[in-house]
Order: sequence, then C-alpha cells, then structure tokens
Amino acid sequence: MGIDILFKIAAIGILVTVLNQVLLKAGREEIAMMVTISGIVIVLLMVVNLINNLFNNVKSIFQLY
Amino acid sequence: MEIFQIVSIGMIATIIILILKKQNPELATLVSIVVGILIFMFVIGKFSTNISEIMRMVNQSRLENVYVMTVFKVVGIAYIAEFASQICKDAGEDSIGKKIELAGKIIIMNLSIPILTALMDIILHIMNEI
Repeated sequence: MGIDILFKIAAIGILVTVLNQVLLKAGREEIAMMVTISGIVIVLLMVVNLINNLFNNVKSIFQLY
Repeated sequence: MEIFQIVSIGMIATIIILILKKQNPELATLVSIVVGILIFMFVIGKFSTNISEIMRMVNQSRLENVYVMTVFKVVGIAYIAEFASQICKDAGEDSIGKKIELAGKIIIMNLSIPILTALMDIILHIMNEI
C-alpha cells in the first residue's frame, strides 16, 4: 500500500475517459455507459479495502468498540 | 521529513482530481477519499505513540482511566464523522454531510453523559455536606 494506488486510480480514470469518448464517437452509447460503470466498480473495490483499513485503525487507536 | 511526502501526495492528488473531475467526477471523489486515508496513515503511527505516552502519564498520576478513554473515543468519533462529512460536502451533498455531523454529535453526547452525571453527583454531595 502506498501512493501507487493514487496513480492506479488516475490511470483507470483516464483510460475510462478515452474509451468513453471513442465509443461515443462510434455511436455506442450503451457500451460507453457500461465502461464508465465498470471503471467505477473496479476503483470502488480498491477503495473499500482502504476504508476498512482506516476504520480498523481508528477503532484500535481510539479504543472504540 | 514526512511533511514533504504528505505535501507532495496532496499536490499530486489535487492535479489528478483536476484532470478527472471534468469527465468522471465519481472517480475524483474516490481519489479524494484515498488521499485522506493515505495522509491519515502517514501520521497515525506518530499519534499512537503520543496516545500511549499520555496513557502512561495518566496511570502515573492515578487519575480515573475511564475519563481519558472517553476523551480518546470522542476524538475518534469526531475524526471519522468529520472525514465523511467533508467528503460528502466536496461531492456537493452538503445535506448528507450535515446529517453525519449531527449523528456524530449525538453519539459524542451519549458518550459524555456519564462524566456529566459524575460531576453532578460530586456537586450534590458537596452541597449536602454544607
């Protein structure tokens, strides 16, 4: 874990944007929507782990049970 | 120095958010969540050593342990609630952020009621003795 997750999310975002615009130009709006949603889901799966980590850290440090 | 790492993470993240915000604002919000967590992870190690030092001082001075624990719990709840409410506010959902803050305040009040009742007991005891 570190700063590389930031660059991963940025890369996924830029990739999704480019794919979105290509698909929109080709007239495939529904597939462009699918690409956007799948990008968000992938990033969300990465971020959920991190949020869980944060909650566990805060719980153990501030003795919240 | 860790502050330079934290500042550079913040600036890089700001640029990334500016790039992403036009096309997909959802991912920009996720980036801001990740940056908040990363910066917290950087400083939390130092903070936990501070807390253990404070606990040691409290144990030496023979204060009631429960009260200091309550203060730490309040700080943790306030931090989590503030984190979530600021992210909601950044994403344009001010109302949900306000509701999270309200919930945090109510839970903090619930935690601190025992201290208040202990204080009231002491005051009543002294008044009865007079």
